[in-house]
This record gives sequence, C-alpha cells and structure tokens, in this order.
Amino acid sequence: MPDSYGQHLRQTYVTIVRPKKHRLCNDKVSDKSSAWDMDTSPLPVKEGSYVAVATDRVSEYSDTSSTKKMPKKMIRNWEVFPGKNKFCCDGRIMMARNTGIFYFTCILIVVTCGLFFGFDCPYLAKNVTPAIPAFGIALFIFVMSTLFRTSFSDPGVIPRASPDEAADIERQIEVPNSTPGTYRPPPRTKEVVIKGQVVKLKYCFTCKIFRPPRASHCSLCDNCVERFDHHCPWVGNCVGRRNYRYFYLFILSLSILCIYIFACVLTHLILRSQEDNFLHAMRDSPASVIEAIICFFSVWSVVGLAGFHSYLVASEQTTNEDIKGSYSAKRGQENFNPFSQGSIFRNCLGVLCGPTPPSLIDSRGYVIPDSSQSQGVNTSTGKESNAVNVKHEYYGSTNNTKTNNVGTNTGSHVTGSNGTGPVMKQMISYQTPDGSINSRLPPTNGNSSAVAYKDSQQPHNVMYTEESEGGHWTSTRPHSNQGSKTQQQSFHT
Amino acid sequence: MAVHQQGQKMDDMTRILPSNCSKVFIQRDFSDGTAVKFHTKEFPTELVGKIEDKYLVQTITTLNTMYSEAESLNSRNYCESCFACLTAYLSYLCFDTHYEKVLKKVGKYIAEQNQTVYVPRGLMLVDPVERGLRTLEICILNESNGR
Repeated sequence: MPDSYGQHLRQTYVTIVRPKKHRLCNDKVSDKSSAWDMDTSPLPVKEGSYVAVATDRVSEYSDTSSTKKMPKKMIRNWEVFPGKNKFCCDGRIMMARNTGIFYFTCILIVVTCGLFFGFDCPYLAKNVTPAIPAFGIALFIFVMSTLFRTSFSDPGVIPRASPDEAADIERQIEVPNSTPGTYRPPPRTKEVVIKGQVVKLKYCFTCKIFRPPRASHCSLCDNCVERFDHHCPWVGNCVGRRNYRYFYLFILSLSILCIYIFACVLTHLILRSQEDNFLHAMRDSPASVIEAIICFFSVWSVVGLAGFHSYLVASEQTTNEDIKGSYSAKRGQENFNPFSQGSIFRNCLGVLCGPTPPSLIDSRGYVIPDSSQSQGVNTSTGKESNAVNVKHEYYGSTNNTKTNNVGTNTGSHVTGSNGTGPVMKQMISYQTPDGSINSRLPPTNGNSSAVAYKDSQQPHNVMYTEESEGGHWTSTRPHSNQGSKTQQQSFHT
Repeated sequence: MAVHQQGQKMDDMTRILPSNCSKVFIQRDFSDGTAVKFHTKEFPTELVGKIEDKYLVQTITTLNTMYSEAESLNSRNYCESCFACLTAYLSYLCFDTHYEKVLKKVGKYIAEQNQTVYVPRGLMLVDPVERGLRTLEICILNESNGR
C-alpha cells in the first residue's frame, strides 16, 4: 500500500522542522482529521530537506485510547534518574538515599542553638552585650544555609552514558580474545598525561564512561561525581565539585559556632558563679551545661575536620586523593599534584571562589513519556529503565530524546546493575569486578538509537531500531500493531 | 529565543534524530586537567569525505575556547562568587552565573554551526551539555535507508 509504504519511509527520515512546522505538528495532534491529509506523499519532499516524522503515528496504531486521551503528565528527569538519590520539591532538592543522620545533624545544631538563644543569650545580652546573640544568630543562619546548600545541591554528578556512547566506548575497548560463555573483562583503564603527571582514568561499569580525572563513583549514591571528595552521611549527600565549598564553609562556620557557644556558655556560668558558686550556677542554668557538653564533644571532631579540609583546600586535593596518597610526596617518585595552582592562596581562591558548572543532570528537565510501547509490546517498568531525556532545560540547541525501553532494548545501557527486563538471549552477560552482573551486546556497528518525537503536547512514538552485522537483531518498527508484535517476537527468538 | 511553557527552547531548528543515524563521539581531552576540552587531534574516520577537517577542528577549537573562558580562574569569576557568598547565594536565583551564560552561548554557536556547516553536509552536532559535557556527538544523518 503506497500509503503505508510512505509512512514506513517517513519514520526513518530526519526531520528538520522550523518552528512553524513544529507548531503545526502540535496542532496535528489535536486535530486528527487533518493528520492524514498532510502525509500522503510517499517520498521525502526535496533534496536537502526531510519529511517530518509524523506525529500522526499515534492515530495509525488504531489504539483509540491513546488518540483520544491527552498525553500523561510530563515526567521530569529526576523521576527517572538512575542513581540512588532522593529528590524533593519536584527535583529542586537532591540528597542521598539515607538521610537519617542528616536530620540528626540538623536537630543537634538547632537544639543546641535554641538552648543557647533561650537560656544563655538573655543573661549575656543583659550583662555583657547584645552583640553576643546578634553575632550568634548571624552565625547560626550562615551555618544552616551552608548546610542546606551542601545537602540539597547536586554534588557534580556525571550523567550516565547514553546507549550509543556506551556502545561506542565498548567497541573501542573490547578485548580481542573474547572467550565464549562467561565474559570477564579486565579492569579497564586509560592513561592520560596531565602536566607531566600520569593519571589513570578508570572505566565505570555502572555509568559506562571513562571517569574524568578526580571523579569517582559513589557506591552509596550510585553515581559518578566530579572531583569526588567523600560521601558525608552528616550532610546526607556526596561532597563533590559543585558543593565542596559549601561543605567547607559549613564545617568552618560550625567549628566557629561550636567554639563560640562553648565560650559564651562558659562566660555565662562564670559570671553567674561570681554571684554564687559554680555548682549553683550550673544548677540554675542546666541548659548551659548541656550545651557545654555537646560543644565540648563536637568541637574536637568538627575543628579537626575543618583543619583537615583547610589543608586539602590549600593543597588542592580531595579527601579521596589524600587517602589514596595519589599525590603524596612520600611515594618517592616524581609525584606531584597536577591540579595544584602553585601557591596556597591561588589554590584556596580556586577551590572556594572558582566557577562551578550548573548541574549536568538537569533534574527538572522533562522526559518524553514512553507511550508508544503501550501497545503491549513494551514491558518497560520502573523508572530506571525509562526514558532518558537529553534535552537540557536551558542549554543545548538540539532537541532529541532517547528512550531506553526494557522491552525492546538491548540492555546495553543497563542502568545500575539491575539487569531487569526480558533477557535477551543474544546478550553476553559477565560479572564485573565489583560483582555486579552486566550484559553486553555483541559487537555492533553502533547503530542503535531510538527516536522519540519531541513535542511536549503530544504522545510521542518511540521506535527502536537496531542493526548489527551479525544479524542478531531485527528491527522493530511499530508501523502497525500486528507488525510490531510480529517483529517483537522475532526479536526475542 | 522564547522559553516554552514546558521549558523547551524554541530554536530555529528543532531536530529530531532519525532512528538509524550513526554517531561519532569526540571525547574529552584531559591533558590540561579537568577543564572541558575536546580532542582536536584525531579526525574520526567516519567523517572522512563528509566534511573537511578544518571545519571540524575550527568548531572544536572554538568550543574549547568558550569552555575554557567559562572555567577560567580570573578575577571576574572570583568576584562573582564572592558577591554571591555575601548575598547568601541569593544572587544565583536572580542572575545566571558566568558559566551558565557561556553554556547558552555555546548552544547558540552550535545551532549556528549546524545550520551553516554541518547539516548541509549531512551531519549534526549535539550540544555537549546534553551529553553531560562528556562528549561531543556528531550524528551522521542518512537520507535514505532502503528499508
């Protein structure tokens, strides 16, 4: 049928759509009667331009439910984020999964300061100076704001590789002597020379990327983080490139606050004890005693940590690098830190006042919902296997989205190490060094991609086609319900 | 460029990738540290014949320059950070950081390059920010697939 053949062809064409047409495509969805009027030409229109991948695909499936009802609510990226993070306030806040200790930190600080402002400050304001509570309040606000900033912001998570990227990298680093059966790849590293120092870049099996220098994968959050310092349970988040300065300011200001409260409380008790004896002073103001105890035990760890991080800032290292001794002079070799700016002042300035990139994961950007697979073919479940939106909310000139569809998917972009979804028999599974089971595609020419029609108002149609040299995969092109189901069956066999 | 209600940018071109284009990835060059920089030395073999290497090298070099400007440790960035700290980081709610401004500039540049240089040759650049600044993706657009 010429009509279906034309549609068949159209599905695989590039679309370069001007805004006018884009809006027209929008309009198409709402007016189904006009949909077919437009797309009766069988071949691409003219050289150099391409026929639109029609959104009227939707009506073709004779799935009346999807044509009649409006698309579901748009999903934001954070809802399908593959890492083990917790998002709040519709993606504005990003934390680790276990935040119990963070709440404890907050409560401890608030309670101690509350006791201080409630019981010590009135006496001190009256007897010494009102500047004491004023400074205390300012310091408390600064501590809490830096704490929240550290805890709630993206530490510098590197988004996971898209399926094509992962396939491309896999191809490049493939071990030539692959044995049949269980495939155990060696740990993959790449060496790069930075300012004369050899730095090893490791391949991350979860994120399917070669980690940039100084990046590390946090197993608690299951993300690769740039300039990874450590995962801090007290702030309930990783500390990385984007929030390290807030973390440092937090522990610095907290240590000042600790010392300040301790000093004020002692002053209070001593002043009181001048009127009476010390024991009576303590009895009259038990809150001060509690605060003193809390501060006394906290101050060692907090001030110690602040001192340690001051050293790290001055030497432009991360906790991770320091613990591993990557750039320690003790090694004997010509080890030096290639990231250091040269002087302590410049290092501090660079770490604390340098530019920070915006969040690369774009948690509040939108994802195209995966509605084409609702024909029954797709078994996409769970947010991890769903769409990966690559349209950044503010930046980027290209609008394209891809979807990882577990049902039709190769699984070459297995998120995390879940390996869920239908088992693809042609896949080779192997156990990675960290014990997780991953599946791996046989070598392909990397021509696997998904098309999602990028339009916010309409249900999109996702077609997932794959090609391989070995002929393992057949393409699935859902040009009709029956067709796709048949294809899908052949895909699995 | 108006920002659409859903947050999409209405560019001059809204590109939707075809289902079967092959892709070339230009990876990051870490020889100067962690700064964002892409390899210019190796010209991908898949692009031989499609585009002259000088265009690609020029595009990548311009991108590298823009990114290095965003991440440079100069007094402008320091002042911006200090000012933000003094305003309790509320200034970040009001203004874009220098980095964000440069990223927008990069987006415009890539759109312009696509329009003038790449798409006429059957290629398309994907803004690296949409790939998490990991890689510069170049799609080889097919005109027919014979399916």
